[in-house]
Amino acid sequence: MKLLKELTTCYGPSGNETHIRELIIKNIKEHVDEIQVDVLGNLIARKKGTGKKMMFAAHMDEIGLIVTYIDEKGFIRFSNIGGVSPQRSLYQRVMFENGITGIISYEQKHEDMQKLKLDHLYIDIGAKNKEEAERFVKIGDAACFKGEFICQMNRVISKALDNRIGCYLLIEAIKQIKDHTLDLYFVFTVQEEIGLRGAKTSAFTVYPDYAIAVDVTLTGDTPNAPTMAIEIGKGPAIKIKDAMVITHPIVRKMLEDTAKKHCIPYQYEVLEKGGTDVGAVHITKGGVPSGAISIPTRYVHSTGEVVDMQDVENSIKLITKIIS
Amino acid sequence: MLKKLTEEIGISGNEKKVRDIIKQEISSYCTSVTVDRLGNLIAYKKGTDATISKKLMLSAHMDEVGLMVTNITDSGFIKFKSVGGIDPRILLSKSVFVGEKKMPGIIGIKAIHLQKPAERKNAVKMADMYIDIGAKSKEEAQQKVSLGDAIGFNSRYTYFGNNFIKAKALDDRVGCAILIEMLKNTYLFDLYACFTVQEEVGLRGSKVCAYNIAPDMALVLEGTTCSDVPGVKEHLHATTMGEGPAISIMDRASYSDKTLSRLLYTLAKDNDIKVQYKRTTFGGNDAGEIHTSREGVPTAVISVPCRYIHSPVSVMQLEDYKNCEKLVQMFLVYVENNPKLWESWNNREEV
Repeated sequence: MKLLKELTTCYGPSGNETHIRELIIKNIKEHVDEIQVDVLGNLIARKKGTGKKMMFAAHMDEIGLIVTYIDEKGFIRFSNIGGVSPQRSLYQRVMFENGITGIISYEQKHEDMQKLKLDHLYIDIGAKNKEEAERFVKIGDAACFKGEFICQMNRVISKALDNRIGCYLLIEAIKQIKDHTLDLYFVFTVQEEIGLRGAKTSAFTVYPDYAIAVDVTLTGDTPNAPTMAIEIGKGPAIKIKDAMVITHPIVRKMLEDTAKKHCIPYQYEVLEKGGTDVGAVHITKGGVPSGAISIPTRYVHSTGEVVDMQDVENSIKLITKIIS
Repeated sequence: MLKKLTEEIGISGNEKKVRDIIKQEISSYCTSVTVDRLGNLIAYKKGTDATISKKLMLSAHMDEVGLMVTNITDSGFIKFKSVGGIDPRILLSKSVFVGEKKMPGIIGIKAIHLQKPAERKNAVKMADMYIDIGAKSKEEAQQKVSLGDAIGFNSRYTYFGNNFIKAKALDDRVGCAILIEMLKNTYLFDLYACFTVQEEVGLRGSKVCAYNIAPDMALVLEGTTCSDVPGVKEHLHATTMGEGPAISIMDRASYSDKTLSRLLYTLAKDNDIKVQYKRTTFGGNDAGEIHTSREGVPTAVISVPCRYIHSPVSVMQLEDYKNCEKLVQMFLVYVENNPKLWESWNNREEV
């Protein structure tokens, strides 16, 4: 739990993954045979095997904000990194790489909150004027949202469970796997939230025989939620399709058979909008049979995302059993 | 050169005439000049130091936004759709050239007193406009124009005001013109100057270009939006005219390599060249495809700020253009003098 907390609270908006990458490296380096960081910043860890190449991908970036303008009074205007909702951003705390915290507010004469846009919002870091603000924050600096890590009733509430939970799963799998014939590549990708970019280049480098992404998915289990047959606590979800990939039948069967054999509960994920790393991986070079394991997560892209730890345990089990 | 380039028409997918101008201009300076299957023009200049086996890709797109003939009415008027992003409201009453033979035409709409009240209140749709090429019948029009013909704006390159320039297609003939200048020098490393096609319809040329070249580093030259005009709050000014070339940090298609964009900014500052960061994340350019090509390519973007971009009357300030050219030149010299820059990404490999 300590590791998961460290992972989710770490700073790492898309394109700014240095800290989270270092944290992951620290936790896996004893357990892998090779570590490589590529041009875009993907972390590619290998556990050598004699069999086919299998790639697991979990993105380590999170959504965030990027500074576009600082006004005379020291208020900071920004644009989004990934899917950031103006309404959900209101009065949230954000953190810059240097640890400076800001609070998001809006031009209060704005009346129609439905039409609130990021253009109407600003970050207040408590600076008295432009000069003071610029000593700490510059145009182009990125910030991530802050959100306390809480575990109660065997459920975790935190920011950035999308997708530090995926990173956590892969780290745990890396530690637990002992015997395997598959040539395993664990890729912690960058820039997923802004267009699956790290997955694209790392898949080109690795060019695996099979690929499985590990990421979060939405749920339909909250009051008046959009219809979706996913609930937290009912096991990992095997992706059938999202907007960018249809799981390859071979990979789907691999996941289903493993889950059945080891009595791991699972659900099926049909996600209408959005996608994950395998959306880019499966059309790399001559194609890669791909699929995904998704962790049911409530309130994705908010500062209080929620997962069930039993789903997490079952996901680790599923990953390790597929490999061995 | 910029005048010649902007006055020629090269709508996405129909870049031949622009390509021919560039080809003629650069062929004597280059080791080789090739045209690939999609129509990208690739000028290769071999490095003078054979021990440096590194490739730098410079990229600017040749194509511009425009229109395409989709139908010819019974009475000989041309119906059209846009190629690339164009605000339909800027089209009315503009003079255009249709097809390879450049048939002159005018974009028209029925007179205001014939429009219904509802039509007057709303912006005119592209579907309600037509091009009048002065034909009396469908048959006559068909002799001059075919379905699928590209349509470009008729707009002269003009100086005005305090060193301002008005022209069409500054996006991205400014990039092309600077690239041509850069080819006049020699460098220690291998230089690939790519004049790409079909950027405005989805970064298509740069995708195959980057794949074929597999560069070790890339710099994209662009004309970018400048919104420092009445009615736009200052925090929404993407760039400011006269404040120098704009360095991109992030847009919808790419996140520039931080080492490179910081380097470009400080290079300019240290040499008293005006420079600014681009302050919006909207839009995208060839860097999107280049930086995710193959195993990934460290890529940065420098742009000349252009008001009224994607219209027949884009406006830029000559000084921004010249500063952009200077900065690119300075960057290339810096890369020559600092071979370690090539290694800075590889150093990360073994952690």
